Amino acid sequence: MSEPTITTPQLEIARATATEQSLKDLFIDGYRWMLLARTLEDKIASLYHAGKIVGGVYLGRGQEAFSTALGMSLQHGRDIFAPLIRDQSGRLAFGEPLLDATRTYLGSVRGPMRGRDGNIHRGRPAEGIPAMISHLGAMISVVTGMLLGRRFRGIEGQVGAATIGDGGTSTGAFHEGMNTAAIEKLPLVIAAANNQYAYSTPNTSQFACADLADRAIGYGVEPHRVDGVDLYECLRVFSLAVERAREGHGPQLVVGKLLRLSGHGEHDDGSYVSKNLKDSLLGRDCIEVAQQRMINEEWATAVDLKAWEEEAREKVREAVSCAQQEPKPDPFSERWVNLASAWLIEGSSSHA
Amino acid sequence: MSITYLEAIREAQALALRSNPAVFLYGQDIADFGGAFKATKNLAAEFPGRVKDAPISEDAMLGVAIGAAIEGMRPIVEIQFADFSSLAFNQIVNQAATHFWRTNVPCPITVRLPSGGTAGSGPFHSQSMEAIYAHYPGLIVLTPATVGDAYSMLLDSIDLDDPVIFCEHKLLYYHLKEPALPDPKNCLPVGKARITRSGKHATIVTYSAMLHESLSAADELLKDGYEIEIVDLRSIKPIDTDTILGSVARTGRLLCVGEAFPWGGVTAEVVARVAAEGFHLLDAPPQRLNAKDTPIPYHPNLWAAHRPTARAIAEVLRGMLRF
Repeated sequence: MSEPTITTPQLEIARATATEQSLKDLFIDGYRWMLLARTLEDKIASLYHAGKIVGGVYLGRGQEAFSTALGMSLQHGRDIFAPLIRDQSGRLAFGEPLLDATRTYLGSVRGPMRGRDGNIHRGRPAEGIPAMISHLGAMISVVTGMLLGRRFRGIEGQVGAATIGDGGTSTGAFHEGMNTAAIEKLPLVIAAANNQYAYSTPNTSQFACADLADRAIGYGVEPHRVDGVDLYECLRVFSLAVERAREGHGPQLVVGKLLRLSGHGEHDDGSYVSKNLKDSLLGRDCIEVAQQRMINEEWATAVDLKAWEEEAREKVREAVSCAQQEPKPDPFSERWVNLASAWLIEGSSSHA
Repeated sequence: MSITYLEAIREAQALALRSNPAVFLYGQDIADFGGAFKATKNLAAEFPGRVKDAPISEDAMLGVAIGAAIEGMRPIVEIQFADFSSLAFNQIVNQAATHFWRTNVPCPITVRLPSGGTAGSGPFHSQSMEAIYAHYPGLIVLTPATVGDAYSMLLDSIDLDDPVIFCEHKLLYYHLKEPALPDPKNCLPVGKARITRSGKHATIVTYSAMLHESLSAADELLKDGYEIEIVDLRSIKPIDTDTILGSVARTGRLLCVGEAFPWGGVTAEVVARVAAEGFHLLDAPPQRLNAKDTPIPYHPNLWAAHRPTARAIAEVLRGMLRF
């Protein structure tokens, strides 16, 4: 099944007027977000293996191009970005502070979750970054509701994006959320990274359709397919999908094909990943693909690449060192208050 | 003029829609059709666009409400029957209930659960879910037993910045009437129990439709000269332990009656609290009475024996009073 041909006058104009310079700048920005995320996650993995991080560590290695392009296609302070576990680069590209990551992983009370939740479960819902729960698919209807809430308040033209993986598309919540968003024709972009494995379960045990993007048709949702390893293609497709949503064409499903270049989490060596897939085009490292493109197009030199790597390392060093020196949560000063209506907490002084 | 429990729920929603632009209603068949029980009758016409039909997607309905609440709205979700809230369980207990604790951003949603048994409704349209939701930190669980409470507590639910599970009893919808609606300013706040009937020989702690079975049982016992005090919890969580202990201090005997299944639950919680904090007040072992530990039967003959009735309550009371 092929998707409908989508042309929008605005996009054609944008393409026609886009100079080589602006395209190059966009790509380089994207590459540097990918690089920063990879550098950060390499450091997070080291800290985990050194016992400095408690709990799970889930990395986006191999998914940086796909995630970054989504983050860059959205506008922080206006749009909504609901990341899942492999969206470190999308978070950075969207505008989440680097310190939010290190503070949450390292349990600083100054992080947005204050030690109450960890790792990738962080968010700033009041600033358009909902804090994911572990139950896959659950964030799609939440973003749908955020968009509906904005519509009720008379705010239009703002887009909400939720990410998911191939495994997450098998949940009832994914189906219910996408269907509901389509009924309401809300500006929702669902970014499905098909990284070939849900933990250890391959696509063949996850779904029987030829391509996950085919599912969009059945929901009245516009499908998009992209090579998830190619930053250039991801930027092109996500900017189109976000634009379509913003212009009132309803939900968009973007499916990126790629390969997870790590285990499910750092506790997992991913030994079940097929060698054929690793050696295939899907198994390319999106960072290397982007570097190659910049060299080929003469957008950057080997010296630039080195300088950006050093810059990323320095930023990560600072963010880790800052979070490491900050206080950890203290169970004796923690208020253990789970209600906004604090007077209703049993045992509180004002509750008889 | 008189007003029913169901009309009180509709009036509370109408008042909330009228006075707060952030309020909207979301549920299956609630717009032009007015809801399976007509709890939203005529509201879609009076408040265009603010009473929305939802697809049969309980998980997404709650997710949508949570998202809208994050954005400053005050959604009221009608789950057609409380039993179907099992399909929204994840969003309620993992998303809504944890949201404020995790993010410091409140999640003010009201989830209306038409609850409890009615004759012929069977296993999947009769359940009482309050104990399950009360188990989870971060939720407020209310169980109004009177017309006035249905009205004022629903208004309270919408005003609260936390997720509220509002368990309204279907058996009370049509036949329970009061002459007029109360002024919410004069009503008991959320978290306070009410002593519905004063007495001195034993205390019944109960809530929702079981309040009315308990009142009938107390009438029965009065013929034998026993005065039974009845505490209507109103609010399951938070629970008003002080009022319960105060009553047990006066009577020395406790029976807790609930319509939900017996394992764990509200009645077990009340007995545990009284045993732990008021053991010295008891003249007899504290008792609890619940539905039977089977699915809820369809046939009225079986159903009437499955749930606690005035007769069953009176029988347990007589046993306790022999101590």
